[in-house]
Amino acid sequence: MTSSTETVSKQDIIDYSARLGDDAIVIGHRLSEWVSRAPFIEEDVALGNVALDFFGHARMYYTHAAQLSNEQNGTDDITEDDFAYLRDERQFQNHLLHELHKGDFAYTTARQLLIDVYNKYFLEQLEKSNDETLAAIAVKASKETKYHCRRSKDWTLRLGDGSSESHKRMQLALNDIWGYSHELFELDDLEQRLVDAGIAVDCTLLKADWLKEVTAIIEEATLTVPDQEWAVRGGRQGYHTEHLGHLLTEMQFVHRSFPGAKW
Amino acid sequence: MIHSVDLYSKNRIIKVVNILTTGEEMTKYNKSEAELEAIFQQKIDSEQKIEPKDWMPEAYRKNLIRQMSQHAHSEIIGMQPEGNFITRAPSLRRKTVLLSKVQDEGGHGLYLYSATETLGIERSELISALQSGQAKYASIFNYPAQTWGDMGAIGWLVDGAAIVNQVSLQRTSYGPYARGMIRICKEESFHQRQGYVIMMELAKGTPAQKQMAQDSLNRFYWPSLMMFGPHDSESAHSAKSMKWKIKRETNDDLRQKFIDQTAPQIAYLGLEHPDKDLVWNEEKGQHDSGEIDWEEFYAVINGNGHSNRQRIQHHVKAHEEGAWVRDAMSEYKQKKLQRKINAETAA
Ligand SMILES: [Fe+2]
Ligand SMILES: [Fe+2]
Repeated sequence: MTSSTETVSKQDIIDYSARLGDDAIVIGHRLSEWVSRAPFIEEDVALGNVALDFFGHARMYYTHAAQLSNEQNGTDDITEDDFAYLRDERQFQNHLLHELHKGDFAYTTARQLLIDVYNKYFLEQLEKSNDETLAAIAVKASKETKYHCRRSKDWTLRLGDGSSESHKRMQLALNDIWGYSHELFELDDLEQRLVDAGIAVDCTLLKADWLKEVTAIIEEATLTVPDQEWAVRGGRQGYHTEHLGHLLTEMQFVHRSFPGAKW
Repeated sequence: MIHSVDLYSKNRIIKVVNILTTGEEMTKYNKSEAELEAIFQQKIDSEQKIEPKDWMPEAYRKNLIRQMSQHAHSEIIGMQPEGNFITRAPSLRRKTVLLSKVQDEGGHGLYLYSATETLGIERSELISALQSGQAKYASIFNYPAQTWGDMGAIGWLVDGAAIVNQVSLQRTSYGPYARGMIRICKEESFHQRQGYVIMMELAKGTPAQKQMAQDSLNRFYWPSLMMFGPHDSESAHSAKSMKWKIKRETNDDLRQKFIDQTAPQIAYLGLEHPDKDLVWNEEKGQHDSGEIDWEEFYAVINGNGHSNRQRIQHHVKAHEEGAWVRDAMSEYKQKKLQRKINAETAA
């Protein structure tokens, strides 16, 4: 990542940071739904931990977006919460994979495998961003993401190569979500501009490594990489599945019921 | 079915493999039961801790299992009312604090189950007893958490009352329990603080927020006083528990401490005290207070709370839905072991 940041606007960076925040808050929300519902207590705690990591990432991205917004508008009262709580479904730009329902434990495991391995390669690149704050966030988030990857791999092996029931559920889950993985590796105009400026990650370059690693784990787990051609896309353009509206309704309800209140 | 042993080893304190029966103990120590009991009581009287390997009366063991597992179940069931608001927390900061808090409670549950297992019982047995209704959990969790203010009231009052009890239990006679309480108390003060911070924000917020805080205080104040249990004169387990120093202070004494510490906290918030009869008694150096509605207390304990059925059904549902995961884990482990054996035989 070399060239200058002159061709991009502050708004571009705000939008980019906010969409990375959206990914994190939405998947964190889904993981947090497991608390008190996990297969055993250790997993309530572990899933809660991973959810907390994602909430932490979301807060860093949103805070960055909020600071830039304040600079841009000459204000000082825009906060992380404005991004999480006061934007609507069409304004959220998370990848669709993150918002899909909680599903069973196999579904959660399969989705986390795809997302965690993606994040590992993504954050490695974001560490080199010309935007110092994004680079610093990436350094911090990478450490946690390595742990997430280990966890997802271990669970994929256990469930894929465990009982016939767990094998069946894992394969079904992979088949169900695979079509949502493609958009992780696509750039829109915004990201292309930011890639050119050395700020955003060129996620098209991550696909080969991601696929290689994910395939190795899936095969070691005696599962099959789905070969379906179907692909659903649109998250980065705010074109969401019906799942997200319900998620946001729940997440934003209390905050929006008391306009202007502090918590 | 739980495949407990290997899964939980990380949190296990000491696994006592051989729990001896009294008969075996008598042979082992070459002493009569009366002599053993005298030694045991003398240890207790001189403030020595009873450890898992020590001889103990069967009733002491049973009493401890009942109390410790009830405590563990309370941590776990207590995750539900607050867990119920993680997805709705009104700010990201409060969301992360609440989630950490609920997670801690899961950790406490684990720790207490492990401590209970040192008495020669498996976690799976304890959990079946919870699910069948044979074992109890703190009745406070049968009250529904309806508003964000309840997150404040629960942390502040419910964890606050639990701390008063647990601080006293740091000196309980059973070693693993006492040590567990010391560790748990450190986290509990953070829980209470986060609850009080929620209340402070609400109390100094908009009129609607202040109203929310008052409403939560009104609903949770009396039930939190009930957490200390019936009056000493009515308490079934008290006398023996005090003699064995499982309990160190009586229900009424602990409750009084809590009433006294809470009154100025309510005043600081600028909220109305729910007990209209509360007055400072200069002579006694403590508050006189109104009577608890014991009818409500027993009604809720006996199944008439808003959430009694929901709490257990929620627990059972998660447990049943997780059965295939636990089975898969043990099958996977078995397979791996078999492969290792096969590889070694081949080599
Ligand atoms: Fe606790
Ligand atoms: Fe607590």
